[in-house]
Amino acid sequence: MATVRLLEKLGVAFEFPKDQTCCGQPQFNSGCFRDAAKLAGKMFRVFKDFDWVVCPSGSCTGMVREYYELLLEREKGGEEFKHLVSHTFELCEFLIDILKVETIDASFPHKVSLHQSCHGLRGLGLGVPSEQVLPGRTGKVRRLLESLRGIEIVTTGRSDECCGFGGTFSVFEGAVSSFIGRDRIRDYEQAGAEVIVSYDMSCLMHLDGLIRRDKKLLRIMHIAEILDGAVA
Amino acid sequence: MKSHARLAAGFLKQEERAHWHDQALWYVREKRDRMAASVPDWERLRDTAQAIKRHALANLPHYLEEFEGNAAARGAIVHYALDAAEHNRIVLEILKGRNARLVAKSKSMLSEECGLNEYLERNGVQVVETDLAERIIQLAGERPSHIVLPSIHIRKEEVGDIFHEHLGTEKGESDPTRLTRAARTHLRERFLAAQAGISGVNFAVAETGAVVICTNEGNADLGNSLPDLYIAVMGVEKVIPKTRDLSVFLRLLSRSATGQPISAYTSHLLGPRPGQAMHIVIVDNGRSEILQRERFHRAAFCIRCGACLNTCPVYRRSGGHSYNYVIPGPIGTILAMHRDLKKFKDMAYASTLCGSCTAVCPVKIDIHRQIVLWRNDVVEAGYLGRAKSAALKTATLGMKSTRFFRMGGWTVRTILRILPPFVFNNRLTIWGKSRDLPRMPARSFRAEFRAYSRRKTNPPELGAKKEGRS
Repeated sequence: MATVRLLEKLGVAFEFPKDQTCCGQPQFNSGCFRDAAKLAGKMFRVFKDFDWVVCPSGSCTGMVREYYELLLEREKGGEEFKHLVSHTFELCEFLIDILKVETIDASFPHKVSLHQSCHGLRGLGLGVPSEQVLPGRTGKVRRLLESLRGIEIVTTGRSDECCGFGGTFSVFEGAVSSFIGRDRIRDYEQAGAEVIVSYDMSCLMHLDGLIRRDKKLLRIMHIAEILDGAVA
Repeated sequence: MKSHARLAAGFLKQEERAHWHDQALWYVREKRDRMAASVPDWERLRDTAQAIKRHALANLPHYLEEFEGNAAARGAIVHYALDAAEHNRIVLEILKGRNARLVAKSKSMLSEECGLNEYLERNGVQVVETDLAERIIQLAGERPSHIVLPSIHIRKEEVGDIFHEHLGTEKGESDPTRLTRAARTHLRERFLAAQAGISGVNFAVAETGAVVICTNEGNADLGNSLPDLYIAVMGVEKVIPKTRDLSVFLRLLSRSATGQPISAYTSHLLGPRPGQAMHIVIVDNGRSEILQRERFHRAAFCIRCGACLNTCPVYRRSGGHSYNYVIPGPIGTILAMHRDLKKFKDMAYASTLCGSCTAVCPVKIDIHRQIVLWRNDVVEAGYLGRAKSAALKTATLGMKSTRFFRMGGWTVRTILRILPPFVFNNRLTIWGKSRDLPRMPARSFRAEFRAYSRRKTNPPELGAKKEGRS
């Protein structure tokens, strides 16, 4: 609901198409492209008539933008398809690139660490990947966070290491997945973060599962919950 | 054969060791970052490297012939091998022809790929690995766990034990300098006794016929200059058009591999030294097939720097031996799939698809994308396994219909809220073994949104839908 409130505050006329289900990423990432294509087809039909599609998840957005062309063989040449793929945005990048929002009028006086989801970071370019040499650039999501009053952003040694979730990887390779996640949580603890914030619920769900199992004090929050300002 | 998931879980049982392994490799990754940042236009360098590889491999027959002609003109004898078996046969014949019984071998992933050492040993030729890490592996009777740092999984105390047993160093010795000195003495004797040297190749320059080899220990240089017989083995993809192309690749290779500005030794071999016979064996072994597969062809661009291993969160925490193919990690995965899809299918799933491999790759191979594409090939071939396939099929059915999707959501919310958490958060479930399940809201987002819309005097649902596109 934070996304709803945020969009409303920004004066966006929006709708929640009730027929929507899933973009098909779990199937796609597991290699079941035929199954994924069925869901992609549904997503396409449900959303193709909108000006913009905004999604509070980096990996779902990345799925549409990067991989739908592999799944929707029949549709991919058409104008509707091109429109959908080029007009599907992750929430933060929609705020920055389309609404041209530079600052958010909200306060969040906490020590926060930004967890970059891999698909958002490297797939959508929401941040500056640590592997690449791109001097002078600041990530989009970080810029939004920085504009909040009272916020203190703490960074970890490994600035954008994966959380280990990886979709079905978290089940197929449970041991490695959890081990990576615990390492990541330790990074955030050592950086002194109170809250891990991200734009991907799947990373957060995985990290939160580990945090609660280990009875740690860290909290997770979706970035919309912070930008919305309702929780400060 | 155990799957990656099982081998990795075994690796992680020794938690402290797993952390050490992860940190050792992350240290290399960080060195790589610093070195990459020290080069102006690093990203352009990567683009250029990829363009050169694309061009060279698109014109492979031309450049191979040019290389062969120029190398032959400088006195080298060039052989072609279609596959690993032919490669091994050719090398053995050359060795037998000169009655060579002891070979001083320098590091070569190609020879690992072809199983050269075992083949030669079976045929009465003794092979001594002369790269320090490779020698450690050889003495320990293991296989490399990394393509650039083959013994990265072995600690210095364990090297001490291995050397105590095989080289007679003092028991309990773990000082790296003293151990290295012992290895040096041991290897010098073998260099002097060997009748032949074998090494891999980093680059083969078509316009000059030069074989270029990068090492940090200079062992390849002893191996290719001391014995009267020297054999260089290389994959077809090592050929580059011009000497000036090295200015791109040499800047990328060592920085990506170990975070060094350049390797300690970069040797350009232009034919044999006087009195020596030099052979070059050029091997295909499936490379031209990779190049013919459009979606996967970039895998053949690989310069074997190992950066994708160092950066991979899964590799760092599962170790090279958890991958069943001779080349582990992300690049090993996309190469193994060409070799045997069924045998190595689990490797395709040993990735979170985080994409860090693609972002570090000096020749910009789309590694993580290829991994997910390979998963589709695994599924289409029917190798995913019944349980996993059924689970995903069921999920698809549940997601295809909005009604089922909502019913599914209701069911999960209700079950998770009614049943006590210990039912799920235990060792019997895969998720719950080490993580808690997410807390479920009482109402779905749909219900919340409905209530929210009703509260609004002016529902926001109006006016967003398009009225036909212009």
